[in-house]
Amino acid sequence: MLDNIKILYHQGKQFIPNVTTAEVPGIFRGRPIISLEKVNEAELQELCPVNAISINPVSIDLGKCTFCGECAMRFPNKIRFTKDYKISTNERTSLIVKEGEDKLVEVNPEMVRKEIHKVFGRSLKLRQVSAAGDNSCEWELNAANNVQFDMGRFGIEFVASPRHADGIVITGPISENMAEPLQICYDAVPEPKIIVLVGTDAISGGITGNSPAVDRSFLNKYPIDLYIPGNPAHPLTIINGFLDLTRKRKSKK
Amino acid sequence: MNYIAIGNNSTIAISDIPEIVYDDFFKLNTELVANHPERHCVNYFGYNYGERIKLICCIADDNSHEIFVSSCLVSPTDTLKAFTSKLLCFEKFEREIHENFGIGFSGHPWLKPVRYSFNRNDKTKTIANYPFFKIESEELHEVGVGPIHAGVIEPGHFRFICNGEQILHLEIQLGYQHRGIEQLFIEKKRLLERTTLAESIAGDTVIGHTTAFSNIWESLCEFERTRDIDFSRTLALELERIAIHTGDLSAVCTDIAYQLGSSVFGRLRTPIINFMQEWGGNRLSKGFVRPGRNQFPFTPELGKRLALVLDAFERDFDEMNTELFKLPSALSRFERTGVVPSADILSIGAVGMAARMSKLNRDIRQSHPFGLYPELQHQPIIKHHGDVYSRVQIRKEEVKQSIGYVRKLIKNIPEPNTKPFKLKTPNPNSFTLSLVEGWRGEICHCAITDSKGELILYKIKDPSFHNWLALALAVRNNEISDFPICNKSFNLSYCGHDL
Repeated sequence: MLDNIKILYHQGKQFIPNVTTAEVPGIFRGRPIISLEKVNEAELQELCPVNAISINPVSIDLGKCTFCGECAMRFPNKIRFTKDYKISTNERTSLIVKEGEDKLVEVNPEMVRKEIHKVFGRSLKLRQVSAAGDNSCEWELNAANNVQFDMGRFGIEFVASPRHADGIVITGPISENMAEPLQICYDAVPEPKIIVLVGTDAISGGITGNSPAVDRSFLNKYPIDLYIPGNPAHPLTIINGFLDLTRKRKSKK
Repeated sequence: MNYIAIGNNSTIAISDIPEIVYDDFFKLNTELVANHPERHCVNYFGYNYGERIKLICCIADDNSHEIFVSSCLVSPTDTLKAFTSKLLCFEKFEREIHENFGIGFSGHPWLKPVRYSFNRNDKTKTIANYPFFKIESEELHEVGVGPIHAGVIEPGHFRFICNGEQILHLEIQLGYQHRGIEQLFIEKKRLLERTTLAESIAGDTVIGHTTAFSNIWESLCEFERTRDIDFSRTLALELERIAIHTGDLSAVCTDIAYQLGSSVFGRLRTPIINFMQEWGGNRLSKGFVRPGRNQFPFTPELGKRLALVLDAFERDFDEMNTELFKLPSALSRFERTGVVPSADILSIGAVGMAARMSKLNRDIRQSHPFGLYPELQHQPIIKHHGDVYSRVQIRKEEVKQSIGYVRKLIKNIPEPNTKPFKLKTPNPNSFTLSLVEGWRGEICHCAITDSKGELILYKIKDPSFHNWLALALAVRNNEISDFPICNKSFNLSYCGHDL
């Protein structure tokens, strides 16, 4: 007993006091900024392993990007990855970062369904479905619930049954073999319910998106309420995404 | 000689692999393995060769540090005498060959599908209709779990046959995670695409799998690695081991409802993966390993930082372990739970940690060393009871051992090589095999190129491919309530198996 208390004392306070302003250590690759510098655009576009870069104007789709940083390494004056981890949004088009713009990627409260604020504003219980995810986003979702990131303090938790859930969180590109279990799980969640996509693989299919073993037809059937990009998504990206979706209010006119 | 002996990461001409008739192929490979615990099959696969199928079998010898490779041409309509009729460790390899090409195997106990791959031979077999083993009895009941699990983990289906609370039999059905990765390796032609694919094989073993791919590619291109490249990969592989083992200790504590252990080990993983982010920009090391270059040179400043991180980590890690390993309520859940005797571990051909927890010394870092392991003179940690306790102990001690290796490595940081790298095109008509000891165990990748140096086969084997059967055996005669802790004590990969 005394030893347990000693351990508690030695551990001290582990939680991050403010998850919306915490700074990540080192050389995190978050929201990129693209300058207007002229470069060999064809070469830049060809470089990307997942075709996340478009030209005219040069842009990076964070829903496709694997955040490998290759483009920034080859064209350091053109592309720079910042440490801004707040890159979750409810609009797919907001994930496309264009050259010459230094615009935050945000949840647009005007587009959030009104029942989300009303019903899930202070408590959101989610069912996680890994549909051919490579276990990296799954690790980070678990990390979002550890004693440091402690997402549970905001009433956002993962539950064991779709019957107890307010929505599903999908990771992975959705394999053909997981398409049916995913549909069954979604159908078992009571209304109103949300769909959240976590990670590049879930949002665009990532590097395995065009494989014949993948079946993404589920995503064409329903609106997506939140996109949380990353490869894998950082726990702070995950938590801030959920907080913005459920708590960010419409501007009063 | 009807086989060729090669070393880890060496490239040979495909024509150098002796091609023998099936009866000789059978005799050779089964005799190599039978009664030789120091030898086991690291990969056995087939690929299309005109109208026929070429089978290639690779047997590693831990004493001579060689891999014996042999081949055989067969027809898809053949029914062959199964290696499994003599040795159970070939069971899954033959199931995979049957699933992919339709080749029959006589004397194989269960030619069930392995992963329901999209290009399987028989499309009438679907994942919803898996032929589970059944026992008819009024006293017994079945419990089905999955494919979607209760926690935040990957999908797989577990079917238990229970007598009351006791598990008689567990069958594990996988394949839900199948993304067709091996085929994508052939179709995607750019090196960065393939490297990104290697990073996606198993997101918890990014360094392990990407190192195997990079080592293969560099061997195919006759690229001589500079010391700083091997240094970074070796160091990162050991940090990956420390991080995941620590996370697994947390998960084991969660499953015995020991909140303090769960929280402390869970939070201890963070400084290690955060260090990987400081070094390479990603907590799970994506974007870190690249063939032919060392894009994140390890600086003396990083060395100082890492030494501080490890000092703080080790203090808390030791304190928590001391407490955990004297806690009667924890020990009573660990000891004699989920035992796999060493005879069973040997017969199913388990590798890595799952082998070492039951007296079987299998560790590529010692037997087929790569990177800087020859200098580290690695001595594997071996446990003897084959139970959850042994698996938990192995994690604890391997973390300590890895901390020692990291400290030793960062005392002597090599100068980064600033010369621009240039990779040649891969050698034509070649075969390469790479073995890497990831935190779960032995990762084996094989590549074959055509006359233009293009990949025509990329074969991946995660240690989980061997070890899932060990979990199924571990839970026999245990209470079903002990299943979660048995499962976590192995922590096998779903996506690494399903590919």
